[in-house]
Amino acid sequence: MSAPNKAYDPVEVAALAPAAVDRMRADALAAIAAAADLDELKAARLAHAGDRAPITLANAEIGALPPAARAEAGKRVGTARSAIRAALASRQEELAAERDSRVLVEETVDVTLPWDRTPAGARHPVSSIADRLVDVFVGMGYEVAEGPEVEAEWYNFDALNFPPDHPAREMQDTFFVAGPKPAERSGVVLRTHTSPVQIRAMLTRPLPLYVVSPGKCYRSDALDATHSPVFHQIECLAVDEGLTMADLRGAISAFVEAMFGEGLRTRLRPDFFPFTEPSADVSMECHVCRGASTRPGGAPCRVCRSQGWIEIAGCGMVNPRVLVACGIDPDRYSGFAFGLGIERSLMIRHGVTDIRDTLEGDVRFSRAFGVEA
Amino acid sequence: MRVPLSWLAEYAAIGAAAADVQEVARRLTACGLEIESVEPVGHDISGVLIAEVLEVAELTEFRKPVRYCQVSTGDGVDRHVICGATNFTAGARVPLALPGAVLPGGFEIGARKTYGKVSEGMICSAAELAIGDDHSGILVLAADAPLGADFVEYAGLRDHVLDVNVTPDKGFAMSVRGIARELAIAYGVPYTDPADAGITADVGEVSADSYPASIEDPSGCDRFVLREVHGVDPAAATPLPMRVRLARSGQRCVSLAVDVTNYLMLELGQPMHAFDRDRLSGPIVVRRARPGEQLETLDHVLRTLDPEDILITDSSGPISLAGTMGGLATEVSESSRDLVIEAAHFSARGTARMSRRHRLFSEASARFERGVDPDLQLRASQRAAVLLAELGGGMVLPGCTHAFAPMPQITITMEADYPDRVAGTGYGLDTVRLRLGQVGCTIAESTAGQDADGHQARHEHHRHDTSATMLTVTPPSWRTDLTDPADLAEEVIRLEGYEKVPVRAARAAAGRGLTGRQRLRRSAGRSLADAGYVEVISSPFSAAADFDRLQLAADDARRRAVTVANPLSDDEPLMRTTLLPGLLRVLSRNLGRGFADVALFELGTVFRLGPQGARTAPILPVDRGPTAAELAELAAALPDQPLRVAAVLAGDRDLAGWWGQGRQAGWQDAIEAARTVLRVSRVPFEVGADQHEPWHPGRCAAVYVTAEAGRPRLAGHAGELHPRVISAFGLPARTCAMELDMSVIETAAGSLGPVQAPAISAFPVATQDVALVVARAVPASEVETALTAGAAGVADIALESVSLFDVYTGDQVGEGRKSLAYTLRFRADDRTLTADETTAARDAAVAEAARRTGAVLRDGSNSS
Ligand SMILES: [Zn+2]
Repeated sequence: MSAPNKAYDPVEVAALAPAAVDRMRADALAAIAAAADLDELKAARLAHAGDRAPITLANAEIGALPPAARAEAGKRVGTARSAIRAALASRQEELAAERDSRVLVEETVDVTLPWDRTPAGARHPVSSIADRLVDVFVGMGYEVAEGPEVEAEWYNFDALNFPPDHPAREMQDTFFVAGPKPAERSGVVLRTHTSPVQIRAMLTRPLPLYVVSPGKCYRSDALDATHSPVFHQIECLAVDEGLTMADLRGAISAFVEAMFGEGLRTRLRPDFFPFTEPSADVSMECHVCRGASTRPGGAPCRVCRSQGWIEIAGCGMVNPRVLVACGIDPDRYSGFAFGLGIERSLMIRHGVTDIRDTLEGDVRFSRAFGVEA
Repeated sequence: MRVPLSWLAEYAAIGAAAADVQEVARRLTACGLEIESVEPVGHDISGVLIAEVLEVAELTEFRKPVRYCQVSTGDGVDRHVICGATNFTAGARVPLALPGAVLPGGFEIGARKTYGKVSEGMICSAAELAIGDDHSGILVLAADAPLGADFVEYAGLRDHVLDVNVTPDKGFAMSVRGIARELAIAYGVPYTDPADAGITADVGEVSADSYPASIEDPSGCDRFVLREVHGVDPAAATPLPMRVRLARSGQRCVSLAVDVTNYLMLELGQPMHAFDRDRLSGPIVVRRARPGEQLETLDHVLRTLDPEDILITDSSGPISLAGTMGGLATEVSESSRDLVIEAAHFSARGTARMSRRHRLFSEASARFERGVDPDLQLRASQRAAVLLAELGGGMVLPGCTHAFAPMPQITITMEADYPDRVAGTGYGLDTVRLRLGQVGCTIAESTAGQDADGHQARHEHHRHDTSATMLTVTPPSWRTDLTDPADLAEEVIRLEGYEKVPVRAARAAAGRGLTGRQRLRRSAGRSLADAGYVEVISSPFSAAADFDRLQLAADDARRRAVTVANPLSDDEPLMRTTLLPGLLRVLSRNLGRGFADVALFELGTVFRLGPQGARTAPILPVDRGPTAAELAELAAALPDQPLRVAAVLAGDRDLAGWWGQGRQAGWQDAIEAARTVLRVSRVPFEVGADQHEPWHPGRCAAVYVTAEAGRPRLAGHAGELHPRVISAFGLPARTCAMELDMSVIETAAGSLGPVQAPAISAFPVATQDVALVVARAVPASEVETALTAGAAGVADIALESVSLFDVYTGDQVGEGRKSLAYTLRFRADDRTLTADETTAARDAAVAEAARRTGAVLRDGSNSS
């Protein structure tokens, strides 16, 4: 094209003639109007408003005109270009709207189609509820203590103040582990409760101690809807200076509220465990009916069997004899402990009615709980 | 223990409060006697009147005895009833259920035609009235039973039976005596001790004429009392009220002698035994068994005795297992007239051991092992003798035989405010004294430093306050469970009510949260669940047959299992040494229930004995803390108990669906499951080929983690199971599994520091593809390792990733060879890489692969 300061003949710049500009404009508008979709419009934009479009090229020639002619030509071309731009914008808008209403509709899929290409996994509710229970205690500042499932009798019984041959020892149907000589007792059992972990914690951790121990336990009960030879417990132990039953009640009510619901009351009633004195069983107000089922006219409650209270745990003040067996001075330290069955929590919180479901491994059972019970 | 409320109310003066039996149950439960049930009895009987049998006509045309009786209730109406029993004669007074009467269980009586006659009601047996299990005859009442009276009123049948769950520490509560005392305390009403009822001043008088007895071993028996009653009518009937109470307490009626001793056992808690004097020979000696001795007990079992057994013997040998069960030979029979009544105090531990040894659990042993009042035998035996004489028409011989060993008197010294400190509240001295007094303790006061007698006190619980009031407490003879200050504190706290213990806001402890191991376990479980595996808890019990199914060699360490001495099933006496058998069974169960595509995992402990086998753990003392050496001895006796994680899968791993075909689970998935767990652990690991049961020898990977000092340590195996294993467990072909030792992974993870953040370069990536031909046996992992190492030698350029996008075997690469095609992504921290730089880095990587694995570039693949 011509350089701006070259000598020229205005007539020779034919592209800037009014008729030519008008034709370019008319061609452009016609092409824009004829564009049937966004792709055609894109082509029209390129042809009629792009870098190599006639009107763009004409515009570049303006500088070659003598100054007197520039203004008029500039105005003419400018008007044409803005008309083309406006037409493009407007057609763009029209076609986009049309695409939105037609093409996207045509592309509609059935979003309800399943895409479960891998079978769903899940955690066992005993694991997830144990985690949840542990988290409540960890939130209260407890640490998790652990111990073996095949355990020395001394930890499982003697150190917990179960005297030899005392009927308390027989309350827990114990699996005994065979020793080197068939006729002699090995002094090793499958732990009947998580309480031996209390002894291990007291022997290995500095005082004061606040621990929680979840774990698997064994009793020689035949499997039925409410008994299982394999089950899980969780228990907490606190040993510190000046701990009292009032602290025990405080810990229990904090736990119950965190696990089962704000404002649920708890109730202790005397019970017997060799390793605690005094001992109590813990009931909480039914988290479903909150006692309504016991009042006249109240709807019956399946969860608490319309008792208003649900027994959830055993607890007590650590028997000073247990402290002594662990080498702890009972004149200086006192402690409390409470423990509950994890399967029992599942029954209360999740309506599990048959404990066998927790052991059979049917995928439907775990899957129902997903990854977080 | 089952006990009628009316019996308790006889000794605890609760009066009208007995009407609210639910409140009675609540209060007893609140003080520590859990009432498991309250059963109304007698309320469901109506229309039974006392009648007289006027005439008995035997109907002989039937194959069994049938009587047609004329009966009258004294209202002038003569009725006829059919009766199958024969234990009565005309003139007997009997309970007669008239038409319209209702018997227990809602059983309605109507007039009906039977044996060709109309029976206008029914003469009742004890069983039909739910006051015994005697179906053999009708209930014959005393001759003075008032004609026409309502039988329920007459016999006092309307009552409530409380089922008391007596915890093993509360021997005293195995009796009306003990429960009534608690009831009286709970209501604050007067209590009468039945042990003192009708006891005369000469209760302890010893007579040389009484049947002789001695104690040879005081550790088994420290008090032994005999009394004689002569001339008891063996046919004498047990009176109705006693029968009713026995029945409601769950005792059968046997004979007067047995019924009276049972009745007093229930009332006082003292088991007693009546011997037939004529069947005794020579003096009685209480001693341990001698080798080879035998005794046939009342249950007709001939028992070989253990030298530890405590026996009652006469010159003929053993006649009774002390406190457990009597012998058959000296049993009271239908002809016994002269009786020797025995009341003794046997060792709790000795009785407990004996009853377990012989698997013989009786009402007597249940009481002795919980602790019987050692001061009760003289009184209990006197009451038995008097009752038997009274009811059986006999005569009590004056005096008794009383052998005993001195018993230590227990006293407990505690600070008066100790219960306050246990409960976290202030009861005050008066309350402590009141409550301890109520349970029967005697209390002496002193100030610290002196005991009640002014002597220097040696008490267990001294505190800082030297002027504290000290209590020297002597528990009553029936509270053998009270031995420690903590026991006394519990008495005060429970009787004051647990609801009075305040609630103190929980103290915040200085916990450090979960440990790395604990977090790792959670992450491992979650990651497997996220990957589509369902967690299960399988049975930890196993059997040698499982090891056979796994194709384990005879000397495989996994065969060294812990044996349970008393397994639930003899088929599964072992504890698992691997998670796989249990998981495979659960897998099979799910497949059997119609789930074809199943992926499962379990996190659990396995148990492995060391080469030395099972060990014995000592029982350490409990009166002091154990020494380090003692604890080490305990630890050495326990098997290795590593935590393991395992996964099994069968069917499709990627499911078929509308999108197309599924993909069957394979060895790759099992190995990937292992990688999933290892990745969350952040522990560096390597996968290599291995041959290890129970896996397919060509499709088994061993996984090694980098442990201490960079040494590799085996963490487990993964892959496809051996076809033999698959068929032994009845599983579908190509079932896959992995099992890792979490303990190994946790330990390796324990030495990892925190993750260090990478430098993120914003410069563009440069990609190079290479295809390398190697021998078929060269593991891909080695080629990849070599590529990485080779590229690492090039300064300033990072090999960001290596990904294998094609594996080819076939003609084009030649026999025994394979082609592995990789995409290498390079990037620099500080510049855009030039093509030359990238190619140089690629060449360095390939050169190292060539050096280490013999890889050669496949034709045409070196153009970038
Ligand atoms: Zn409820």
